[in-house]
Amino acid sequence: MSRVRVLVGTRKGAFILTSDARREHWEVAGPHFGGWEIHHMKGSPADPDRLYAAQWTDWYGQVIQRSNNGGRTWDTVGNTFAYDGTTGTHLWYDGTPHPWEFKRVWHLEPSPTDPDTLYAGVEDAALFRSIDGGESWQELAGLRGHDSGPNWQPGAGGMCLHTVLPDPNDPERMFIAISAAGVFRTDDAGQSWRPMNRGLKSEGVSLPDPEAEVGHCVHRIAMHRSRPNVLFMQKHWDVMRSDDAGASWHEISGNLPSDFGFPIEVHAHEPDTIYVVPITSDSEHYPPDGKLSVYRSRTGGNEWEALTEGLPQRDCYVNVLRDAMTVDTLDPCGVYIGTTGGQVYCSADAGDTWTPIVRDLPTVQSVEVQTLP
Amino acid sequence: MIRVALPAHLRTLARVEGEVRLEIAGPATIGSVLDEIEIRYPVLRGTIRDHVTGQRRAFVRFYACEQDLSNAPPDAPLPSAVERGEEPFLVVGAMAGG
Repeated sequence: MSRVRVLVGTRKGAFILTSDARREHWEVAGPHFGGWEIHHMKGSPADPDRLYAAQWTDWYGQVIQRSNNGGRTWDTVGNTFAYDGTTGTHLWYDGTPHPWEFKRVWHLEPSPTDPDTLYAGVEDAALFRSIDGGESWQELAGLRGHDSGPNWQPGAGGMCLHTVLPDPNDPERMFIAISAAGVFRTDDAGQSWRPMNRGLKSEGVSLPDPEAEVGHCVHRIAMHRSRPNVLFMQKHWDVMRSDDAGASWHEISGNLPSDFGFPIEVHAHEPDTIYVVPITSDSEHYPPDGKLSVYRSRTGGNEWEALTEGLPQRDCYVNVLRDAMTVDTLDPCGVYIGTTGGQVYCSADAGDTWTPIVRDLPTVQSVEVQTLP
Repeated sequence: MIRVALPAHLRTLARVEGEVRLEIAGPATIGSVLDEIEIRYPVLRGTIRDHVTGQRRAFVRFYACEQDLSNAPPDAPLPSAVERGEEPFLVVGAMAGG
C-alpha cells in the first residue's frame, strides 16, 4: 500500500508525519533541529529519500540540511549564498537604495529529475542553484540583474523569493515569484528572465501605477503538471489566473468572501480544481468571522465553495502561510494545511472533510507531502 | 591551548560536547580563534560571522575574563589568561526573544 510522508517546517523545528494511504493514523517524528526556524523542507521527486531543509535563526543565520534516508538522519551541507558579481542595490521601504544582503532561504525546490540539483529562493530576492546536493550554491544572477532589479522593493515580510516553479515539460522554463516584485519567467534555464505581471492590479498598496510591470506583491503561484501554461496566483489581494504561461493574468476571485490570502494549490488529478484559504485582510491575517475554511473551485476559478467540515468554525484566528498548503497524489487526492496556531489538517477526500493530524506544534511555516510507493 | 565555549545550538551543529580546545599558530586573536574554529568545524562557517564580510552576526557576542570583546577588532590580542587556557573564550547567543 502507498504511504504519505508530510514534511512540516515550524518556527521551532521540523516534524515528519507519516501514514499509510488511508491517512487516518499518523506517526509523528520530531522535532528535528529543535529551536531553529525551519522555513521550508522538501523531498526530491527523483529520489524520495533525499530531503532538504532550510534551517535558520536570527542568531546563527542559515544552515542547509540534507537527508538521504527520508529524514531519519541529517547532515549539513553548504550555506554560502554569495551574490554573484557586484552586489548593487534595490529600493528600501523608504524608497532609498539599499545594498542587496542575504538574509535567509525561503524556499527549496529540488529538481524534478536530479536529486543533486535544487534551487533556493532567498531574501534579499535572488535565486540560487546547487548541482551537488547542496554542497555549493551559485546564483542565477540574470534574475537579479534584470533591468528592473534596482527598483524592487520588499514587502512587509522582507524581499523574499518565495516561489520556484519549474515547468515539468520544459527544463529550460521556470517561474519564480518575489514579494514585492512579482512573477518572472525564464525560457533559457535561468540565464535571462522576463517579468510576467500583465493584468495584475495593485491599487492602494504602494504602486503609483497600479498596473506597473514590476512591484506586485505576489504571494504564491501554482500549476498542474499536465498543463504548465495555466498558472494560478494568490496575490496580496486578488486570486488570478493565466492561460498563457504568465503573459497575461485575469482575476478569478469570484464569490470568495475575501480575496486576500497566502497559499494556492491545484488538485493532483483535476487541473481545474484549485484551493485557497481566504483571510480577512492585509492586516487581519485570520479567517473571516473566526471560521477556518478552505475554498475550492472546480471550475478553474470564479465559482468557489467553502470546505468547512472538520475545520474550526468558531473563535479561530489562525493563518495558513504561503508554503503551508499542499496536495498528495493519491486517489482521492489528499489536501494538507498547516496553521500559525500549530495545527496540521489533512483532508483525504480532496477537501470535503478534514481531520487534524497534530494540533499543538509551533507556528507552521511550511507543509510538503511525498506520496511514496 | 585556547578553550572556546560555544552556545548549545552551535555545539549541536558541530557535534561537540563541552568546550572546544584549539591550538593556535601565531598570535591568539578573535580572528585567529574563529578561523581555527571554522577550519575544524566547517559547519560553523557563517553561523558566528558573515561568510563574505567576516562581520560578527548581530546576535552573537564574544566574552572573556568578564570583558565584552564583541566589538573588538579581529586582530586584537585575546587576554593572556585565555591564551594560557586558564579562562575560556565565550561565544554567546545574545539574550533576545523568539
